[in-house]
Amino acid sequence: MSSIEHPDIGRPDEFHVDGETAGRVTAVYVYEAPVRLWHWINALSITVLAVTGYLIGSPLPTLSGEASAHYLMGTIRFLHFAAGYIFAVGFVFRIYWAFVGNHHARQLFVLPFWRRSFWAGLLGEAKWYLFLERRPKKYIGHNPLAQFAMFWAIGVGSIFMIVTGFALYSEGAGPDSWQAHLFGWVIPLLGGSMAVHTWHHLGMWAILLFVMIHIYAAVREDIMSRQSIVSTMISGVRTFKDDDPD
Amino acid sequence: MQGLETFYEVMRRQGITRRSFLKYCSLTAAALGLGPEFVPQIAHAMETKPRTPVLWLHGLECTCCSESFIRSAHPLAKDVVLSMISLDYDDTLMASAGHQAEAILHEVMEKYKGNYILAVEGNPPLNEDGMFCIIGGKPFIDQLRMVAKDAKAVISWGSCASHGCVQAARPNPTRATPVHEVITDKPIIKVPGCPPIAEVMTGVITYMLTFDRIPELDRQGRPKMFYSQRIHDKCYRRPHFDAGQFVEAFDDEGARKGYCLYKVGCKGPTTYNACSTTRWNEGTSFPIQAGHGCIGCSEDGFWDKGSWYARLTDLHNAGFGIEANADKIGLTAAATVGGAVAVHAAVSALKRAQHKGDVGHQGDAK
Repeated sequence: MSSIEHPDIGRPDEFHVDGETAGRVTAVYVYEAPVRLWHWINALSITVLAVTGYLIGSPLPTLSGEASAHYLMGTIRFLHFAAGYIFAVGFVFRIYWAFVGNHHARQLFVLPFWRRSFWAGLLGEAKWYLFLERRPKKYIGHNPLAQFAMFWAIGVGSIFMIVTGFALYSEGAGPDSWQAHLFGWVIPLLGGSMAVHTWHHLGMWAILLFVMIHIYAAVREDIMSRQSIVSTMISGVRTFKDDDPD
Repeated sequence: MQGLETFYEVMRRQGITRRSFLKYCSLTAAALGLGPEFVPQIAHAMETKPRTPVLWLHGLECTCCSESFIRSAHPLAKDVVLSMISLDYDDTLMASAGHQAEAILHEVMEKYKGNYILAVEGNPPLNEDGMFCIIGGKPFIDQLRMVAKDAKAVISWGSCASHGCVQAARPNPTRATPVHEVITDKPIIKVPGCPPIAEVMTGVITYMLTFDRIPELDRQGRPKMFYSQRIHDKCYRRPHFDAGQFVEAFDDEGARKGYCLYKVGCKGPTTYNACSTTRWNEGTSFPIQAGHGCIGCSEDGFWDKGSWYARLTDLHNAGFGIEANADKIGLTAAATVGGAVAVHAAVSALKRAQHKGDVGHQGDAK
């Protein structure tokens, strides 16, 4: 790891395709700074959204005294809406970056459904997680199983939470707000305000399940797989622990 | 039938003074959210326009819409309202009955073809060819289709006509069906609520007669002027919600102090209606003011959304077993995943320890 400064460490003549194994490279610059920044801002906003969202559904114990002395629910809701806007703006930026960033930046939004090697790789990873495979493959980007999970939980999941979230927000913003014009159709579609609340709530739990698995898998991969994971989301560079082919 | 008599003439004939008439026009303008410049317009319309005939049909229903309607306080008293719209057929309120009543229905339909308003209270059941609701010896669905054919517009009174309400709740044995799913070629104004607020009902009719058009409707076909905000948005207990002051249980200190009913299942935050502004019975009160949460009666499918005393929707109809809601499902799933992660981590650690010495295995050939 002598030349981290160079963005394309390893073999400059080789074009690395996501979902393909790494071969003989020791370090590759994978996640550009905007992707890393988005990841951590997103992680923070999801944390705030989940906590405040839960407290909106199940508020804290009641406060005594004059109503004018407190603004607890107001503050919780404000934090939820503020974090929601950051989450949504971040996601829109992330889509933009999928177009202008490097090809690793596109992986989150792509499910190579028709590529046979993707499903073979996914099966191989699943076997490695079921302790049926003794040695995982090396991947430069996300491994196929991770890509599959991220596509659904973060790619599709974020869109679902943003659309239902703004639909619910439009109820307070009023029927003439831009939120209502863009997202108001969701409410009758899902069967009314109450139903949208329930779906939004279930969406939070789905994302939380992903977060649990995501953090566990990232730490475990860092220890047990053949490439770096956690540090890659900080430095942007994927390093490999061995120089074996494939 | 005095089809050519104007509203004003009817009112005067019934002993309403001009002063009271103008007062009524101002109140109506205010109720519709219009400025004072619209008062002369309303008065002019009332003085010059012939009364529009309204045919009021009753399907599967409980008559609570009619009960509410006759208590309207703010477009004046009930008798004026009833004369005003030339209610030519309403089998619950009309004096005539039997063949005589049915004859009026046909007479109005012919004489005012394409110009009468059809008001529907209740809905048609479709199972068994509509045999669960028979009017004048025929299924209600036939009467509804026949009268709707030449109507100018259809008003769906209440949650039955708008959404289906209790008779359409699962399992809906009679297949009670809201009006808009049966009548698809006419403008339909939905006025949901169980029942709808009296002033909302008369307000919708007055608007249609005054401006000769149907009020502006939202995506779900409800008049925007009464259904564009939630109960919660204009609730007088809203400051307690924002402050975080809740009734935790009925009869606790918070309940006596009039705190927010959110935690005891108030559906105000998910219900579109005008209760918190218009209130009921001449603005006397509304459920939340009486200390009970809103049950969301003007929302589609409110009977099937779980307990009236819980914030989270019941999901046992979605196959999650009784007592299930989003949080219970979420916590169970999180516990399962957490347990699986712990077991997986333990096995991983064991495997790793097992192969510690093997060079090239497990990927960490250090």
